[in-house]
Amino acid sequence: MSGLFWWAVYPYICGTILIIASFYRFVFRGKSWHAPSTEIFEKKWLRVGSTLFHWGIIFALVGHIMGVLIPLEFYEAIGVTEGVYHFFAIAGGGVAGLMVVIGLIVLIIRKATNPRVNAHAGFSDYFTVVLLLIIAGLGTYMTLIYNTTYVAYEYRLTIGPWFRSLFTFQPQYELMTTVPFIFQLHIVISFLLFASIPFTQLIHMFSFPARYPARAPQQYRARNGYKNN
Amino acid sequence: MKVKAQVAMVMHLDKCIGCHTCSVTCKNTWTNRPGMEYVWYNNVETRPGPGYPKEWENTDRFKGGWTLRNGRLHLRAGGPVAKLANIFFNPNMATLDDFYEPWTYDFEHLHKSPKKENLPVARPISMITGKYMDKPEWGPNWDDDLAGGSEVVPMDPNVQKLQEHIAMEYEKTFMMYLPRICEHCLNPSCVASCPSGALYKRDEDGIVLVDQDACRGWRFCMNGCPYHKVYYNWNTHKAEKCNFCYPRTEAGLPTVCSETCVGRIRYIGVVLYDADRVKDAASVQDPKELYESQLSVFLDPNDPHVIEEAKKSGINDSWIKSAQESPIYKMAMQWKIALPLHPEYRTLPMVWYVPPLSPIMNHITNEAELSADGFIPAVDQMRIPMEYLASLLAADDVSVIRRALLKMVAMRVHMRAKTVGGVDEVRKSKLIAEADTSVEELEDMARLLGVAKYNERFVIPTGRREMDDNLQYRYGACSIEDIAPPEGMVTYPYGRSENG
Repeated sequence: MSGLFWWAVYPYICGTILIIASFYRFVFRGKSWHAPSTEIFEKKWLRVGSTLFHWGIIFALVGHIMGVLIPLEFYEAIGVTEGVYHFFAIAGGGVAGLMVVIGLIVLIIRKATNPRVNAHAGFSDYFTVVLLLIIAGLGTYMTLIYNTTYVAYEYRLTIGPWFRSLFTFQPQYELMTTVPFIFQLHIVISFLLFASIPFTQLIHMFSFPARYPARAPQQYRARNGYKNN
Repeated sequence: MKVKAQVAMVMHLDKCIGCHTCSVTCKNTWTNRPGMEYVWYNNVETRPGPGYPKEWENTDRFKGGWTLRNGRLHLRAGGPVAKLANIFFNPNMATLDDFYEPWTYDFEHLHKSPKKENLPVARPISMITGKYMDKPEWGPNWDDDLAGGSEVVPMDPNVQKLQEHIAMEYEKTFMMYLPRICEHCLNPSCVASCPSGALYKRDEDGIVLVDQDACRGWRFCMNGCPYHKVYYNWNTHKAEKCNFCYPRTEAGLPTVCSETCVGRIRYIGVVLYDADRVKDAASVQDPKELYESQLSVFLDPNDPHVIEEAKKSGINDSWIKSAQESPIYKMAMQWKIALPLHPEYRTLPMVWYVPPLSPIMNHITNEAELSADGFIPAVDQMRIPMEYLASLLAADDVSVIRRALLKMVAMRVHMRAKTVGGVDEVRKSKLIAEADTSVEELEDMARLLGVAKYNERFVIPTGRREMDDNLQYRYGACSIEDIAPPEGMVTYPYGRSENG
């Protein structure tokens, strides 16, 4: 029964909160939608922490797309063997994971010790960073230590199909029951993070200004038309 | 030709007494809120000096404004792709220490202190951390009136350029005041720096504003503006800037800084310009040509062809009439005594400065016997080095400054001659010829610079409210009403509500 809850119900609860609360915040709390930078208070630690963390998490995202969203059959079709895949997954994922973990530790130390940053760090700031650190720490441990000492776990046979099945609303929760506990923990906490996104600073990830390079450098707006922009 | 209207300002530096009334009234109107304590939309700097924020003119460090590469304009801090790569950390941004850490005082202690041998004092408390600051080391106008002289003057990037000319001996020191607001540029680099497209230039009046709904706090505008006049509100995590008091100008009133200026140094008016020419004007090769090329984008509001084109662009009769009576058009475009601040940033700034003349007359001992032409060498030997003024106002082109100063001196000489005699002499003098002016022009100048009344100094057409679609909402609406903190007393550190 607990398998049914954690792998067929819980992900949808988290996903629903993520979508509805984000939508609510965008529409009704629009002015709170921002990337809450503290760079004006402190620059030196931020340079190390923020850069490492953000690039690390982008690499990690790419790695998760490769491991979880792209099916095993695709790799077989293009002739990537299990050994080759796991070598690159462990090397690439390990570097990305370490970048995220080190970056987050720098950011936590900065938050806790710099008086200006500390004075304006609230519960949600610590909540997000600590949760991210737990998730990234587990992920890095799994990639670098668990996979190399216990067994190179083939998550592309279980976690991958299960995750993809969530999007077709036919969750194959039974696949998850045999997954090692540490992987399960990583996933459950990750979904908690997804559900928390609309309530924390993390919403800024949805605002990555990808259209910026395409727009005209100068922007004009008419006073009476600004609502349409 | 695409005619656009722009509200612009002239500041007559000769009349600025450095009283900071403009800064204080602006502060009380716009930035006395948590998150904005360190912000001065309007500030008055004593120059030479580091300014606010410190060394804001250091483009090598902050990388503000535009630069020309292969004949094309590029943002000095990097284009959109470079910005997206740097979006997690902006290497060129100033921090609070470049401005100053704002503080208040522990006034409560004066009431609650137990009886002691010594009088209780109110210790400074940081408005950022809420902790005591035992030794504030920098603050608003910390370097006012050359306080700190030889320590702070070398921090002026303009001084660093002409070090050999600057003497710090007491008898030779000079200073001037430089009041600064947002320049509301024709080619604003802050707008081009904004990844979210939140900064924009208003079609109707050219005022540059930040859309608080669209701003995501990426912070590239902060150093993208070479004048450092866009600020980060650490409470709302959004950019805010001088808005030219648009709620007032839309009602035909001057900005708060202009209204309250006790020296009456400020003038506001409308100028018409050709928006199609802006890019070319900002792209000329030699920085010294930027002043002339900037002037070339403005259109003569009395030209029937311009009037016809302006009407086609939706500029109504009252705006065209204001442009014809504009004090800005007279001072900056016709008389050429008002100059743009740092034209070399290629943003085409719209706040113009009449360079200060005083204390030029220090050198003249026998003014009563001096002929008009005797004033020419006085201009060349004035106490504020012309190279310094040229570095501020003319991209190092001394001839532009010299012509403006000669005109100002010629005006004084002529107006004096009108009282003590010798007008014909002045009319024929070399001073008038070198200043490239006429007695009639000088009298117009004297009128506008010396005796002009409120309605001549501020020629501001009202905003076109008849085109608003929801007048009931506009009545009493506040652009930041969702994020404005509660009114009344605030304790520090200000406990911001989690995510609004």
